[in-house]
Amino acid sequence: MNRMNVRRALYTAAFLAALLILWQAMYAAFGPRVLTPPWTTFVNAWNMLRMPDYWPDIAESVRAFLIALAIAFGLGMVGGLLIGVWRACAEVFEPLLVNINTVPKVALYPVILLIFGLGMWSKVVFGALHGVIPIMISTIGAVRNVNPIYVRCGRTMHLTRGQMLRRIWVPACVPEIFSGLRLGFSLTLLGTIFGEFFASQKGVGFLLMNAIDLRNIPTIMSLILILVVFAVVANSALLAVDRKLHRQA
Amino acid sequence: MTRYGWIRLGIVVGAGLVLEILCRANIVSRLIMIPPSEMLASAWKILATGEMKNDFYFSLVNIAFAIALSVVGGFLTGLAIYSVPLLRSTLEPFLTSYSAVPPIVFYPMLIVIFGLNRIPQIIIAVMFGLVPMAMNTINGLYRIRPVFLKVGRVHRVSALASVFRIQLPAAAPYLFVGVTLAVSYSVIGVISTEFILSASGIGHQISFAYDNYDNRTMYGLVVLLLAIATLLNSTLRYYSQRMLQRWAR
Repeated sequence: MNRMNVRRALYTAAFLAALLILWQAMYAAFGPRVLTPPWTTFVNAWNMLRMPDYWPDIAESVRAFLIALAIAFGLGMVGGLLIGVWRACAEVFEPLLVNINTVPKVALYPVILLIFGLGMWSKVVFGALHGVIPIMISTIGAVRNVNPIYVRCGRTMHLTRGQMLRRIWVPACVPEIFSGLRLGFSLTLLGTIFGEFFASQKGVGFLLMNAIDLRNIPTIMSLILILVVFAVVANSALLAVDRKLHRQA
Repeated sequence: MTRYGWIRLGIVVGAGLVLEILCRANIVSRLIMIPPSEMLASAWKILATGEMKNDFYFSLVNIAFAIALSVVGGFLTGLAIYSVPLLRSTLEPFLTSYSAVPPIVFYPMLIVIFGLNRIPQIIIAVMFGLVPMAMNTINGLYRIRPVFLKVGRVHRVSALASVFRIQLPAAAPYLFVGVTLAVSYSVIGVISTEFILSASGIGHQISFAYDNYDNRTMYGLVVLLLAIATLLNSTLRYYSQRMLQRWAR
């Protein structure tokens, strides 16, 4: 087993190396007008993170993202639990939610801007909007897929509605719900950054859009690198928890 | 239509009516939202006059390309990863965290490489759509019950027949989920890139109308876009369900 893991790590490292070589080759092919080479990008990104100039923007993005995440998680889970527990309600709402989910949310962005105005709340709402529905759908799915024996057992013991929710429904669907949360996490990040692209005076997305307008390739590349590294690291952490929960279940 | 279907329709129509009343009574300002009836009228006008024919054509062609490339490419990628264990153990960590990175961040780079035309937009849309298709293909192939293959072997089914009569139908539910995701992500990818920076397309026209405070056109286009997405989606769902039912017999 251990040797398997070592081999796996080796392959992964080899793939990463291949990506870096490809990146360098693309630099050789297209030149500095299009992209910066890997090492320079790492150095630029590191300098960017070290310089206090960018901290306010990063802090703004982090704040917007966290609020959006809290809204998406809270609303998605509570809504999903409530809809999922009531069968008829789930039958009515689930197809509706699935359909809404496939609609390109960018189309609604101007509407949100008109309602919430420029600034923090627009991007928070936009981020939450991306995350909330997938979380709700997976929560509904998790609730509907709970083994009926658990529920019958709870009924036999005359649990109240609140107790049923706390003692049976929630523990039984935590692993599935967590998988939904992981998906919601990435989508909320996408939504928040996306929101900052258009109507924002601050934030990582704003910096990125600004760099695009100025054709500032080094800044674009380092921002992309920072975003990708953050997304991958956060996702790997969530994935580890996810796997652990599923193994326990 | 089922009883739940009617309730669903009732909810949608009811929500529209509530919005209509709120807008007509000036509780929601016209600067923020126009009454749904006017949205529909505007959508109809855009269709009837054909003033944005070229934009619709541009977007729809891009979406079609993106869907075709995502579905075919995703299926082949999934097949390759499934059949070569080495690929699988190497790529899996990357695939699972892929969804965490918004592909949109690569759009500016692609514009510099390919110019401001449909190619970068299609590439971004494929980056959105290909991986969910590949993931679902892998998932579907892995969940084929070994007993199906054994039965095939007992009956001396040829390799080709085994693929078409056993493996594909057995994996079909997952493949359809992949196709549904690829379709909706292709739409999202195309429209969002148009929204950010483009010379034509539905997304471009929406953001253009927004920038010009032309709420009527903007809401008309949003309604049309939602209609296109819903239509694509429900057609797909209808056919996939029919096909699955036929295979289930």
